[in-house]
Amino acid sequence: MLLKKREKLILKADNQEAVSMFETIFYEENHGVATITLNRKDKLNAFTEGMHQELMIALKKAAQEPTVRCLVITGSGKAFSAGEDLDGVTEELDHGEVIRTRYMPVMLQIASLNKPVVAAINGAAAGSGLSLALACDFRLMHEKAKLVQAFIHVGLIPDSANLFYLPKLIGHAKAMELAVFGEKITAQEAKESGLVTRVVNDENWEKEVAQFAAMLAQKPTVAVGLIKRLLQKSWGENLQSYLLEESYSQRIAGKSPDHMEGLAAFKEKRTPDFKGE
Amino acid sequence: MNNQWSHIQTEIVKNAGTITLNRPEVLNALNTMMVSEIVQAMENFDQDQTVKVIVLKGAGRAFAAGADIDEMLDKNAIELELLNQFSDWDRIARIKKPIIGAVHGFVLGGGFELALCCDILLASQYTEFGFPEAGLGIMPGAGGTQRLTKLIGHARAMKWLLTGERFSAEDAWQYGIVSSIVPDQLLVEETEKMAEAIAKKPPLSVRLIKESVHKANELSLAEGMQQERKNFYLLFSSEDQKEGLRAFKEKRKADFKGR
Repeated sequence: MLLKKREKLILKADNQEAVSMFETIFYEENHGVATITLNRKDKLNAFTEGMHQELMIALKKAAQEPTVRCLVITGSGKAFSAGEDLDGVTEELDHGEVIRTRYMPVMLQIASLNKPVVAAINGAAAGSGLSLALACDFRLMHEKAKLVQAFIHVGLIPDSANLFYLPKLIGHAKAMELAVFGEKITAQEAKESGLVTRVVNDENWEKEVAQFAAMLAQKPTVAVGLIKRLLQKSWGENLQSYLLEESYSQRIAGKSPDHMEGLAAFKEKRTPDFKGE
Repeated sequence: MNNQWSHIQTEIVKNAGTITLNRPEVLNALNTMMVSEIVQAMENFDQDQTVKVIVLKGAGRAFAAGADIDEMLDKNAIELELLNQFSDWDRIARIKKPIIGAVHGFVLGGGFELALCCDILLASQYTEFGFPEAGLGIMPGAGGTQRLTKLIGHARAMKWLLTGERFSAEDAWQYGIVSSIVPDQLLVEETEKMAEAIAKKPPLSVRLIKESVHKANELSLAEGMQQERKNFYLLFSSEDQKEGLRAFKEKRKADFKGR
């Protein structure tokens, strides 16, 4: 109940107030790009219940704000995220319940966000921290960052949709290998296996992340959102229902002002100026 | 657009009599006034020769998120018995023209029961369905326990009714509650297309098919078959039947008159 109240307050609040209300993350909107920065530096940005609550509020805000056309998720300090905060893991903990009540809403929210989501993996992404990165649409990885399928080392399975996304990104056999052996993956290895979109060196990190996000924020957002959804559908639907879904999507895109702008720009031989509508 | 109503809006578009629940500020929570207007509008459309099919949808973020709690708060059993508010709902079951429901957002409690009164349901992809009544110390009273059970079976109806858990459009589609799922942006458009397709059919066929399908829920198979057969024969006293078969034979488009 308390959360609902707080959620309402924050959703109504402007960015400055929202930022001041969060304790475990930063949230900001800038030139069409929303950035969520996981902010429990001393704990390597490990997830707690409170952090998940704030993350959900921020994700909803990014979804609802029409000026936001791209979302970046990153970590503050040395790590992206070390996954679940093990301080909260006791013998009595119902792991299934934690997934259903905390991780599941976040994964579903990211998947249903009709805007591109970028994981800017600034440092180590381990356990469900890696899962969060896998749930994003693009992954930029700092050259010194490491990815770790840490679950197996404590006798657990990779959770938070980790095993749902992993084989789709790198194939079944490679996914099995990573999940079962849990060896550290360097940025170079991640790039080679198709796990990340780009590796960025330390010097250019911030600039390149910003440029990448800005580029996405200039795309026709309606079409990007529809592409995202159709790709998701492509894994579960048969061809006929996929094509039906495709026809709906193209109808929606075809009615969008950005499509009109694209057509006009093509005819006038100029670069289109998409508004994300 | 017809504005004689206070809680709904009605209009006729391409032979579809459209009723829009219009209390978006309370997510179209149903009160007795609103239900009575819905039923009245349906009966008007049922008598209107220009209307071939009825469409029911909600304005704003939800189809209907439940019943108006304030109205029920202080009622006792005898007051409710005397008020007999659910008799309005029974009149929906007597509407002869097909009712297409277009649902989105929340379809909860009384809103869900209203949706279950429709003959065909289209749902937008993020629709949430559910019966939260058990958690409020009450229960569905406008057909929820009956229609849902007949539609999806004992075990699943029990699960949703007793836990009050919400379920997705995807679930509703799998259980046969909705006929199709469409993107939110296309819900109205796709519903209109379906309404138009049905409106083009000879109205007497549509009418007697609807009646026969409803009998399947109420009668034994043998009785239902009898009913179906009588309706089949009955159509052979219509002009549209002659025209329909003749046009098919002559490989031309039939010109139906609704007679």
